[in-house]
Amino acid sequence: MLRVENVEVYYGVIKAIKGVSFEVNQGEIIALIGSNGAGKTTILHTITGLISPKSGSIYLEDTDITKIPAHKIVSMGMAHVPEGRRIFQELTVYENLQLGAFIMKDKKQIEKNLEYVYKHFPRLKERKNQIAGTLSGGEQQMLAMGRALMSNPKILLMDEPSMGLSPILVSEIFQIIKEVSADGTTVLLVDHNAKKALSIADRAYVLETGKIVLSGDAKELLNDESVKKAYLGE
Amino acid sequence: MSFFSYFVSGISLGSIYALIALGYTMVYGIAKMLNFAHGDVIMIGGYVAFTAITTMQFPVWLSICISILACIILGVVIEKIAYKPLRNATPLAILITAIGVSYLLQNVALLIFGSAAKSFTSVVPKFSVELGGVSITGETIVTIAVAVLIVICLSIFINKTKSGRAMLAVSEDKGAAQLMGINVNSTISLTFAIGSGLAAVASVLLCSTYPQISPYTGAMPGIKAFTAAVFGGIGSIPGAMIGGVVLGIIESLSKAYISSELSDAIVFGVLIIVLLVRPTGLFGKKFNEKV
Repeated sequence: MLRVENVEVYYGVIKAIKGVSFEVNQGEIIALIGSNGAGKTTILHTITGLISPKSGSIYLEDTDITKIPAHKIVSMGMAHVPEGRRIFQELTVYENLQLGAFIMKDKKQIEKNLEYVYKHFPRLKERKNQIAGTLSGGEQQMLAMGRALMSNPKILLMDEPSMGLSPILVSEIFQIIKEVSADGTTVLLVDHNAKKALSIADRAYVLETGKIVLSGDAKELLNDESVKKAYLGE
Repeated sequence: MSFFSYFVSGISLGSIYALIALGYTMVYGIAKMLNFAHGDVIMIGGYVAFTAITTMQFPVWLSICISILACIILGVVIEKIAYKPLRNATPLAILITAIGVSYLLQNVALLIFGSAAKSFTSVVPKFSVELGGVSITGETIVTIAVAVLIVICLSIFINKTKSGRAMLAVSEDKGAAQLMGINVNSTISLTFAIGSGLAAVASVLLCSTYPQISPYTGAMPGIKAFTAAVFGGIGSIPGAMIGGVVLGIIESLSKAYISSELSDAIVFGVLIIVLLVRPTGLFGKKFNEKV
């Protein structure tokens, strides 16, 4: 589904990503874990074209998307829920969701996607006319996810969905990620809450200062001594 | 003249400022830059209309359309050539470029049309209306009516169409807008096109009310409209409209009752006071970022 090959990213002269390769297969939930500054967000931004890599290639279903601008990526079936949610604060919930379907022309399909989003996030339906900036943090995260799902993506990139949320809300959000995955959407998940992320993921990659240092089955990594020490606080 | 007639002519002048201010504020909201060449786009629009009406003898409606089209093309071309390459440059570099474009336009006009002011034939048929014992000129009425109409159309466009929503999205968060599949570059072009088209309308109204045109015609109204945009809260569309009208009224009344020499000083004085009290302007965005 998604293949990242030897990607290197620079911020000025600083090499932030040092040759990262990984693969996300159809239907999987893949977790990308690592501490702050490891480069998780940079990788997601590079995949969706918000940052261009210095070298390396990114393939979405065997199409090279490395040089494709960000605004064309979403119509290729990839949606990105950015870190910090970045919903349009001054617009209503409904308007935000409509913007999520910006690339779609088929009104019926948009209606169907809206139904789908409301089914998973009934709260958004209740608050559809509310200004998005007035939502709580959890609701804003739901809106960011709902907005991404409005484009009916084949693969969903999620950046720190648990950031700033209470444990109950985190569980709720992760439950929804599992549901979305069960509906057939492939998920690439980045989160500092490694335990939660590994618990729902099929496979995972561990990122350390711009390099992948460990990868494997998520359940195995959950029991890996070095992972436990470094990321699970055990 | 009575207070009422000064007030009405203030609204009319303010409507022109508002149309110009919309260009400043929309471009600022979306491209996050101050397009100081905007005032000179107005002047070019005026000259195009002047040439079409007086030299070419075209009908008025056609001349206005040509002027609007010319300004739209000019605005989009300026953005593509002068500002787009600087999209990621420091704000200061863009500001200086904008001032450079402003002088370039003025000097091109000087070269082609000379420095002497030319008299502009009003596009409004001669008529006036008696209201409360005061005679209001056709220009005043048409200016206010056109401004109201444009503002209504613009708010429908922004709030009800897909391109309008895209503009709102880009103005709030360029990155997130791109993730929605919105092409930021074409949205910025569209913004320049709309702003410049409004500038053309403003120029025709301005040159009809004060029936002459020179290469410096756009400079002062440009600065005042910019003031109006800042006064209303730069980036805010209602702010630009209300800021423009309020500024026009202040200017008209201070010309009438205080001193016509001091009126500009009063206008800018009010701006300073507003900014001291409310640094973000009347309708400026508060900084309410949610953590």
